[in-house]
Amino acid sequence: MQTLAPPIPDTAAPELETVRVKFPEGSVMPQEGLDQPTWIVRRDVLSEVCRELKENPATRFDMLLDLCGVDFPDRVERFEAVYHLYSLQRGARLRLKVPMKEDEIVLPSLIPVWVGANWPEREAYDMFGFKFEGHPNLRRLLCHEGFQGHPLRKDYDPARRWILTEDKIYKPHFDLPEGEDDLFERMTVNIGPSHPAMHGTFRLMAVMDGETIVASDVEIGYLHRCFEKMSETHTWSQVIPYTDRLNYCSSFINNVGYCRTVEKMLGVEVPPRAVWARTILSEFSRIMDHCVCNGTTLVDAGALTNFWYMLQPREEIYGLLESVCGARLTVSACRIGGLIHDLPPDFMERSRRLLEIIPPFIEDVEKLVDRNRIWLDRSVGVAAITGEEAVGWGWTGPCLRASGVPYDVRRAHPYDLYDTLDWEVPVLYGGDVYDRYRIRMMEMRESLKIIRQLLDRGMPEGPHIVDDPHVALPPKDAVYNQMETMIYHFKLVMDGIQVPEGELYSMVEGANGELGFYAISDGTGKPYRLHARGPCLQLFQAFPRLITGGSLSDSIVSLGGLNIIAGELER
Amino acid sequence: MTQPLTQTTPPAKRPVLREPYPTDLKPYKPGLAERLYLPLIGGLMVTLRHFFRNLLGRGKMYTIEYPEKRREYSHRFRGHHILTSRPDGSLRCVACYLCAQACPAECIHIEAGEHPDVNIEKYPVVYEIDMLRCIFCGYCVDACPEEAIIMSNNYDMAYFTREQSIVGKNDLMKPFTFDESQLGYRPSFPEEDAKRSRMRRDAFDIVAAAKRAQELEETAARGRR
Repeated sequence: MQTLAPPIPDTAAPELETVRVKFPEGSVMPQEGLDQPTWIVRRDVLSEVCRELKENPATRFDMLLDLCGVDFPDRVERFEAVYHLYSLQRGARLRLKVPMKEDEIVLPSLIPVWVGANWPEREAYDMFGFKFEGHPNLRRLLCHEGFQGHPLRKDYDPARRWILTEDKIYKPHFDLPEGEDDLFERMTVNIGPSHPAMHGTFRLMAVMDGETIVASDVEIGYLHRCFEKMSETHTWSQVIPYTDRLNYCSSFINNVGYCRTVEKMLGVEVPPRAVWARTILSEFSRIMDHCVCNGTTLVDAGALTNFWYMLQPREEIYGLLESVCGARLTVSACRIGGLIHDLPPDFMERSRRLLEIIPPFIEDVEKLVDRNRIWLDRSVGVAAITGEEAVGWGWTGPCLRASGVPYDVRRAHPYDLYDTLDWEVPVLYGGDVYDRYRIRMMEMRESLKIIRQLLDRGMPEGPHIVDDPHVALPPKDAVYNQMETMIYHFKLVMDGIQVPEGELYSMVEGANGELGFYAISDGTGKPYRLHARGPCLQLFQAFPRLITGGSLSDSIVSLGGLNIIAGELER
Repeated sequence: MTQPLTQTTPPAKRPVLREPYPTDLKPYKPGLAERLYLPLIGGLMVTLRHFFRNLLGRGKMYTIEYPEKRREYSHRFRGHHILTSRPDGSLRCVACYLCAQACPAECIHIEAGEHPDVNIEKYPVVYEIDMLRCIFCGYCVDACPEEAIIMSNNYDMAYFTREQSIVGKNDLMKPFTFDESQLGYRPSFPEEDAKRSRMRRDAFDIVAAAKRAQELEETAARGRR
């Protein structure tokens, strides 16, 4: 029995050394002075290092959180593949960097070690052209098949456009059992990309044997908007509106996640008033996101009434967000160092009123469907996945907690005010659509508990944004009247925030799971590289596995239960 | 009373990770009542309650019969932009390009010209916002050092062609009927009046200036006639 302990950012961690000494001198080298332990690994030993890290009981890095590439055109070893590993038992993180020369960008595929390396590797191939030896389906993930070049390389012109011709349309890759070719009995069904059941624009191709799905494949990328490339051409603060569009059901949490990353790099301390408001509004956003997810999942099962009941609290929360920042959906409410504006004077009353409005709707939905046999028949045991397997796929968030693994960033790596509050991480052990639905209902109650405690503490006095003219825009009164402040204001808008050189991975608990941002700064006003680790990519890559063996109508319910948000999945 | 935030309540029960991970599934087991569809009665009572409450007009309706009725937004709403004017009716903008620089969507196009008044260096000959590109983030308002661009709470913008969506100087000056209730996101809000210096309040009375500009235009129009 072990608890999830906060990690110790110590590069010379003894348990890491026990693994490192097993490999030849010079093939694994620790890099000092970063936010988390980092190794530079030669690519010929990468596969063995990863297997050892996963299986050694001292390290037990059981989850591949993220994989991304970085391009340094000035270096001899131009490309770098960056792996972020996580150990759930120990709460420890490790970053592996694999430098590569331009003419030898071949890496071993890590699917045998972590099955969840599948789509991250396809994404790295798509964006940087890394070849992964042994990958069963190494094709583009986010860009279309007619795309030429690799967009996140520094020498790729962002204005280039490519046409997708009909002969290059995505051809599905099915994992059909070998030796069975009675295709007369089978039929391939295509759903989407524009289909009301697909919650966005996904394309599902399923091979049906009667009513049962034998194999399936999904195509994504219809909502890809080059978030990472765009952020390289904009200043650090200009990226905030882009983060709104990641998980647009809870855009405030994305704002917090991104701003925290930059604040950590700058070493800025956010004023208590802003931290307090961020925690409250994050939890309201989480409630909103869970409302939408549960509402739409139930619609997929035919329970339309719940959709109306679940969207009504959302409407009220949008009202609160709008009174804070002026927009309902794409809030852009955080600024680096604080909030967009001071909280409105009626913030407390409005929040308290919301605490009274929301619970009746949750109760109504629970009374309607919680023990309703029609819903139970549609959801219990559907798309079930064990905790062990879910960890292998890299799942985080409510879906992982529904499979019995109580990993929550707010508890395992507390940020903002979460460690000062009394709340619980709900866990269920069914791993099916019903438990994913239940866990979201329970989390909404926990979020309400958090908000109530914070409101009882009272709003901290003080500024809403850090008083540093190098980070936050100075107050307008001073800009109008003082020359010096005016110069600061101009410098900050024209040049952007000057983030010191370095790299950092920072995470928050998004509504769907761990939302991480991996940022590299070269000391100019723009991010050198910004990678968003949304939870949806890992969740959705397991989708073909989840629906195989079920019926087509079950696949629709399980897609709703995963809460895949296209904006975050495809960035 | 505000409590210090450093005060920590005792840490809640930390979740214990099972070792190894759950490899078996324990799905919900429906009881006898559930198998007999009995809880459906409770659910039907919920919908009936909502039905009668809405029938008698006691429930809150969340739908709005737009455009007859409109949603009430706060005075921070980020809607259609407004270019503010000086008390004499001329544009307050000095064409410093800060808004165009701050815009993440790169939707603001400015061409600067020399102002006839020697005390004012520049003014925008062309000031255009592409409303189809604009993401209404309010960065231009934050960036403006002159309070020359603010936002209104006007949110219904519809165009027949892409050309119409590029809104010029004249349209940006008059998107609202000179009423304080139609102002949106701007550097300071009514509840912060006490914080504002007296000088600024006099200098930036946007509504009065807009009215003046309209009067001037009407006089000029009458003169032309």
